[in-house]
Amino acid sequence: MPVMTYREALRQGLREEMLRDERVFIMGEDVGKNWGGAFKVTKGLAEEFGDERVRDTPISENTIAGAAVGAAITGMRPVAEIMFGDLITLAMDQVCNQAAKMRYMFGGQTSVPLVIRTVFGGGKNIASHHSQSLEAWFMHTPGLKIAVPAFAYDVKGLIKTAIRDPNPVMFFEHKLVYDKKEEVPDEEYLIPFGEARVHREGDDVTVWGTFLMVHKAIAVADQLAKEGISVEVIDPRTLVPLDKKTLLESVKKTGRLVLVTEETKTGATTAEIAAIVQEEAFDWLDAPIVRVNAPDTPVPFSPTLEQFFIPDEKRIAKAVKSIL
Amino acid sequence: MAVEPKMTVDKKKLVDLYTRTLKIRLFESKVWDLFGQNLIPGTLHLYLGQEAVAAGVTAALKKTDWIQSTHRGHGHVIAKGADMKRAMAELLGKRTGSCKGKGGSMHITQFDVGVLGATGVVASGLPIAVGAALSCKMRGTKDVVACFFGDGASNNGTFGESLNMSAIWKLPVIWVVENNLYAMGTPIAWTCPSENIAQRADGYCIPNKIVDGNNALEVYEATVEAVERARNGGGPTLIECKTYRMKGHSRFDPAKYRPKEEAEYWLSRDPVEIIRKIAIEAGALTEKEADKIRKKLEKEVEEAAKFAIESEYPAPEEALEDVFMEVDA
Ligand SMILES: Cc1ncc(C[n+]2csc(CCOP(=O)(O)OP(=O)(O)O)c2C)c(N)n1
Ligand SMILES: [Mg+2]
Repeated sequence: MPVMTYREALRQGLREEMLRDERVFIMGEDVGKNWGGAFKVTKGLAEEFGDERVRDTPISENTIAGAAVGAAITGMRPVAEIMFGDLITLAMDQVCNQAAKMRYMFGGQTSVPLVIRTVFGGGKNIASHHSQSLEAWFMHTPGLKIAVPAFAYDVKGLIKTAIRDPNPVMFFEHKLVYDKKEEVPDEEYLIPFGEARVHREGDDVTVWGTFLMVHKAIAVADQLAKEGISVEVIDPRTLVPLDKKTLLESVKKTGRLVLVTEETKTGATTAEIAAIVQEEAFDWLDAPIVRVNAPDTPVPFSPTLEQFFIPDEKRIAKAVKSIL
Repeated sequence: MAVEPKMTVDKKKLVDLYTRTLKIRLFESKVWDLFGQNLIPGTLHLYLGQEAVAAGVTAALKKTDWIQSTHRGHGHVIAKGADMKRAMAELLGKRTGSCKGKGGSMHITQFDVGVLGATGVVASGLPIAVGAALSCKMRGTKDVVACFFGDGASNNGTFGESLNMSAIWKLPVIWVVENNLYAMGTPIAWTCPSENIAQRADGYCIPNKIVDGNNALEVYEATVEAVERARNGGGPTLIECKTYRMKGHSRFDPAKYRPKEEAEYWLSRDPVEIIRKIAIEAGALTEKEADKIRKKLEKEVEEAAKFAIESEYPAPEEALEDVFMEVDA
């Protein structure tokens, strides 16, 4: 099986869908041939599909998102890119009031088959306006599906599923996983939404996390295994729909849960997961649920500050050990 | 005011314009009536006074063309051909409503007659119109999109973003500003430095025109020109329709902030009377025929109201439906 980066796998997924379905098109700032996307995800696609289908836009986030809504409800399958996750704030009306609510408030008369891709996460020293992780905001918005792929294999299968879904999908990526490599099959595959990936099986503690934190949790699990501590690592891959079954079964087995994401702690997805587990598996818990998150501050710039902000392997390992 | 119909407008079209204008008037009058009887929950933004805008614009469109509506949308959807029974039932919150009682006045929408949506967020329809027009262009349908919005909406950022995008991509969209001189209680003169909104389109190289929004024929003629441009790949047009609300902004607004003389001037220019006079003077209609049309429409509106009143409310649990579309396995 070929090994490729997350970025390449994502691009392949987009390309396959554009070949399969001529309604699929990409639009966003600098996605076309002069730049290929701020993170080079769409590089080469404009050359192959033309600049009508890989469409550079003005810096108009709300209208990019809104145009995706309008195109989606009239028969196209737009994939809109918002250059940085923090800038989705400029498109919130179209995402949260229009895309998310349209089917409902029009009583099922229409559906909004669009994908909005954007990228979260720190670690690149680009400070408060280019580093935040905002997935919880969208999890709090009924009507949106949310994909949070952390691995190359997942990103390809999930982008294809996202594009084929008749509902609006927020497709979140992470800056520091674009270069991570993994085996990715050549043949076509789709990954259904709502199915978690269990990266390590274990009996002592369950660690549930997203994006870069999954990679860190795996490293922690491998290191703790040497100390005789058995850690199960779960990546939900999509937040909406959420694979509760895999998570709850794991918690019922281990009795202990650590939640780890790069979001600031208050109101993070980890808070929601903790609430679900105490509602549905309280009797199986042998220890309090522990959350490992960023502090409640904007993302800082200086390397010493940013490294303090982003949860590291030490904090994850400490959290695991704290409930053993 | 010029009432000479141009040779391009045939008599049938004049009757059509009269019928559309009157239909909205009768529908909205009934809505006002039912509202007074406390049969309509929530609030309302009536289209009374602005009927000629929706009538004139939609008369220039095909069934497959799209319109994007606003919070003041009853007139738009009725003019585009929405079923009045389902529209009225929606206003009453009934399960037979076009949105199954989930949308109400501000989201009154009938997708199958070419309404992209009515929206409660001022100025949020413009980006959607851009996307729909882009879709028409990419799919090669030759359909066009008419996007209604208010004078107040033209101060929102989406106005600039969307006009610009429509211009650079030469999209088949007609921007219809319904300048009723007020955004709630705020006169447009307080929030716009120029006398007209239309000139803002010059900055985006979009051809624009100012028309009497109480004259359905003028609105129609301007729209025909814009539609022709749009269908032939000439890109967007902006039409500013000067008009006026007959009532307040919403539910209990008596509109006391409007100067008496201004209100008197505008209220003396009834859009229904104006198009009726034009049609009759052009020989398209006799007084008798005009009255016959009115009787027929009154009956349809009565039936719509009866249907709405007699329909059931949704069962409470229906609140849980229609969030997501099922995914085929
Ligand atoms: C973004 C937004 N801001 C404020 C409101 C509250 N609001 C509803 S209608 C309205 C005035 C709109 O004026 P205009 O665009 O001229 O339309 P009109 O009501 O005159 O038809 C306001 C401020 C809203 N619904 N949406
Ligand atoms: Mg107004």
